[in-house]
Amino acid sequence: MATDIADIRKNSKLLINEIPYNVDDAEFMKPGKGRAIYRFKLRNLQDGSTFERTFHSGEKVDEVSVTSQEMQYLYNQDQHYVFMNTETFEQTLLEESILGNKKNFLKDGTLVNVLLMGEKALDVTLPNFVELKVVESAVSNKTDTVTNQAKMVVLETGVNLGVPTFIKEGDILKIDTRSGAYVERITAKK
Amino acid sequence: MTNADETERQRLARIRMGLERRAHIYRIVRSFFCDQGFLEVETPIRASTIAPELYIEPFQSEAYLLSTSPELYMKRLLSAGYEKLFQISHCFRKDERGKQHNPEFILLEWYRSGSDYMQMINDTQQLVLHIADKLHFGAQIPYQGQTIDINLPWLKVTVREAFIKHAGWDPITAGDLSEFDIDLVTKIMPTFPRNRPVILMDYPAPMASLARLNPLNPLVAERAEVFIGGMELANAFSELTDPYQQRKRFQYEIAQIKKERNYNHTMPEKFLDSLAYLPPCGGIALGVDRLIMLFNDTNVIDDVVAFPEA
Repeated sequence: MATDIADIRKNSKLLINEIPYNVDDAEFMKPGKGRAIYRFKLRNLQDGSTFERTFHSGEKVDEVSVTSQEMQYLYNQDQHYVFMNTETFEQTLLEESILGNKKNFLKDGTLVNVLLMGEKALDVTLPNFVELKVVESAVSNKTDTVTNQAKMVVLETGVNLGVPTFIKEGDILKIDTRSGAYVERITAKK
Repeated sequence: MTNADETERQRLARIRMGLERRAHIYRIVRSFFCDQGFLEVETPIRASTIAPELYIEPFQSEAYLLSTSPELYMKRLLSAGYEKLFQISHCFRKDERGKQHNPEFILLEWYRSGSDYMQMINDTQQLVLHIADKLHFGAQIPYQGQTIDINLPWLKVTVREAFIKHAGWDPITAGDLSEFDIDLVTKIMPTFPRNRPVILMDYPAPMASLARLNPLNPLVAERAEVFIGGMELANAFSELTDPYQQRKRFQYEIAQIKKERNYNHTMPEKFLDSLAYLPPCGGIALGVDRLIMLFNDTNVIDDVVAFPEA
């Protein structure tokens, strides 16, 4: 949809060369008798990179609508991760490369928010905390120290994590997905 | 523009000093001009016609336009023999919203018969010094972490010098001025010292539809602008008094407006009729909201306007 540049605001979403951007900041500048200049700080919604671009009044851009939908992670296959809309049961795919480290915290059934442009998934937002099971625990070769990240374990998603030495195989751990760090052991597993 | 966590009551309480200073500055401005024999006038806000300017788009009000500047009416008064006039008026310009822009804003315009653009700049210097003195700043205005020294003389630079030095081209001789505004904003204005006012003068002839050309160099229009603290504050002209020239320039602007905005702008015939009687004169328009921002140490227009556009 071609939109006049004057109608673009902070947090509008634009499509430039097929890549969706969020307008993180919009600055309007205009010499009294001159042309309006719009300086936008644009964030690539696929890789998070930002850059500045200046537009003249009268220019048109493609504005897109980006929505967020709660979806359930189902499985991954051939570098694609499959999510399902819990209301319509429609499925959508996201490439592994776009997911990045977030794939380390996805297990079957996890509810996430998927950023959608039309029907195309752009990104997912994980819950701040997830609970994951330890499937492999290396034997600690030292006793507990003041630093509690004393040994490495393998979680059910296949990712390695530094944890305190008392963690054993089969334990359920609470992980902060924003930092990727161990938070606590969930003792009572239902 | 505004802090989203703030309620309207909190915001209005926070900007109270700005609004009080606004009222104080109005009183100072009025006495400054009245004491010199200027007549304060009012002209229509809902105007039957305005000057055609490609990059200033008016709001439509049924068969009228909201005033973008009182310029044409002020000059019609001058043509009828009024020598020294000033006006503080609400003006409206579509799509102009930003940190330093509100679509409804206040212009101070004044005109002097028998004078020219540099006399209007001189008036501006005296006015800013006078306000600073009345507000007990002396000649040093604290602004955005700096001190602006407003003692005379203010720095003067021609458009040609500034562009050759900082943008690498000469707009006076260049045929294509399409990059002028973006270079002014992104390459020229950032080089202006923040601790002193700057006067940018002698614009390319095509960039001043209502100004007289320099008789010795017709490539240059007698137009000057005042910049303080990174803000464009005022725009002065030696006014064009030749009805034939003026009609030709308006015809060009009207054609551009038709082409770029697909709008049929009406020729300001009554103004052109009056122009035959307009004496040589200078005129200037000064952004009052920005003047108040300057004396209120803010670079955000919303801090000095009670109810800015959302």
